[in-house]
Amino acid sequence: MIQYLRDWFWTYVWNPLPDMPLGEWVDEGVRWLRSEWTALFDGTEAFLGSMNDGLLEALLWMPSGVMIVLFAAIAFLARGWKLALVIGGGMFIAGWSPYWEETMETLAMVVVAASLATLLAIPIGIIASEFRAASTVVRPILDFMQTLPAFVYLLPVVMFYGIGPVPGMIATIVFSMPPGVRLTELGLRQVDHEVVEAGQAFGASPTRILARIKLPLALPTIVAGLNQVIMLALSMVVIAGMVGGGGLGGVIVSSLGRVDIAMGVNAGISVVFLAVFLDRIMHGLADRTPVARAAAITK
Amino acid sequence: MSALSVESLYKVFGKGAHQAVDDLKAGVPREELPNRVTAAVIDHNWEIATGETFVVMGLSGSGKSTLIRMLNGLIEPTAGSIWIDGVDLRSLSKKGVRELRRDKVSMVFQHFALLPHRNVLENVAFGLEIRKLPGDERMDRAREAVEMVGLGDEQDKLPAQLSGGMRQRVGLARALAADTEFLLMDEAFSALDPLIRQEMQDQLLELQAKLAKTIVFITHDLNEAMKIGDRIAICDGVVKQLGTAEEILKHPADDYVADFIADVDRSRVLTAEAVMEPVGSDTETRGLETVESGVTVNDLYGTVVASDQPLLVVNEWNEPLGVVTPRAIIKSLAPETASDAQEPQRA
Repeated sequence: MIQYLRDWFWTYVWNPLPDMPLGEWVDEGVRWLRSEWTALFDGTEAFLGSMNDGLLEALLWMPSGVMIVLFAAIAFLARGWKLALVIGGGMFIAGWSPYWEETMETLAMVVVAASLATLLAIPIGIIASEFRAASTVVRPILDFMQTLPAFVYLLPVVMFYGIGPVPGMIATIVFSMPPGVRLTELGLRQVDHEVVEAGQAFGASPTRILARIKLPLALPTIVAGLNQVIMLALSMVVIAGMVGGGGLGGVIVSSLGRVDIAMGVNAGISVVFLAVFLDRIMHGLADRTPVARAAAITK
Repeated sequence: MSALSVESLYKVFGKGAHQAVDDLKAGVPREELPNRVTAAVIDHNWEIATGETFVVMGLSGSGKSTLIRMLNGLIEPTAGSIWIDGVDLRSLSKKGVRELRRDKVSMVFQHFALLPHRNVLENVAFGLEIRKLPGDERMDRAREAVEMVGLGDEQDKLPAQLSGGMRQRVGLARALAADTEFLLMDEAFSALDPLIRQEMQDQLLELQAKLAKTIVFITHDLNEAMKIGDRIAICDGVVKQLGTAEEILKHPADDYVADFIADVDRSRVLTAEAVMEPVGSDTETRGLETVESGVTVNDLYGTVVASDQPLLVVNEWNEPLGVVTPRAIIKSLAPETASDAQEPQRA
């Protein structure tokens, strides 16, 4: 009797609906889009693919020895000789390992995906900072994008684009965009109200105020956002190895499959040095913004 | 014609602002308005002549910042009209308002509102940049304005490298470089140390003597108001009293104003002319030491103490106007109340 009641309660009160076919609906929608909007998907695939291939070709054009020196030189310009030493050493290790080519593949994917994410994020952030309504629409979407597990992004893009580096990059663009939008909006909103008012009081138009006052003053915050974009892009590009994205992600995925520690360590170290390199370069850029320079002079 | 005038100007914040204005016009006191509205500016009616320095004085929350922002269209009035140089501000389009700000009205801010990454010269040139002046002319005029406020040696420094007083000079130079007829100064000296503040006040007076701009100056400091202003409007939502410093000191309109002026250093406001007594027909004026009518009481002390006779007040053509006695000075320094003080009883 009690058993019966419990079953009844469980079936009809606690869990009254049958399994919802939400997943099936999305599946159908994706298939429909794929067949109706073929040109769009083929176009983006060709575009991203050619950008990635072009950059990769350039990165692999010179031997790894020359590239290592080049990376160290960039690090020197960004932060000075200490970072140059760290990056030179790190890249030397990456070049020494059997995965130099994969490291460059990953770098190319990160650079392409993060640049496109930035190109999308900054205008959206500007619009969100200027219009309250846009902000209220954008914010929950960003929350959604950020809380969704990274793996989940891979499913729809694989449905749309199949397997390869392009679906990985698209998932990366979507996954890495939110901090770029958020920090652009935040930075613009945090600009001293009185300075904006001064712009208005001298008769500047809204676009001029944006270009001459708000954007320069918000730039350090925006660059901090871009740094996060790049870091997220790097992590996602590695995950994209699961869908045939290639690069270090691919190496790591197969090392997991084979429990090959040496392989995993080699690829993992390269990821770490890439991350340090990109992160420090962005910090260097942030320090070179006019506002940050002005603040540094007076310290 | 007046350069700037406002007519039954109201600004009420919150929902139901227009209803609140109607209520206020119908005589409902400000305190009885619903809580969701804040009446910042109530029924302002005044006009300013070209070249006048008009000071709006009030405590925080008295609507003075709102008022000054309505004068260049940064805040839209709830009701009433504003005339600048014969143009109805509220009839202008957004673009028209921007042009007005660019060409006629500039502003100085309490916290300077400078761009931290631009040096002094580039900050000063900001208004001219908006006006799309060519680079050379822009820099020449900016340099001129920087010299005018005495910052010629600092023109390549960043705002953060300057003291508060210097930063506000940059703010002032930026407004002067725009060479507009009107100058709005929003608590411009309030964030400065007392000594620097006096220096800035003196500099403003000096510049104003040369440039004769039409200035609206906002402050919460009555001493400052009386030092700078040709006329002063004491505000608390409504205009409590409008007049020259002397008028306000001698005849405060109500207890609110009387409370304010209790703290004023009257000796720095009242002039010899204001405290003098008429020359009696039997008074011998020959041989008396003379003082000019515009000298403040504060500057008379030494002369009065040194002389055992009254001082003769003369105008600029050396004609006698009246006499100043120690008694008249002491009497002038005692604060007056709204009602006439009672004569002390003789013992």
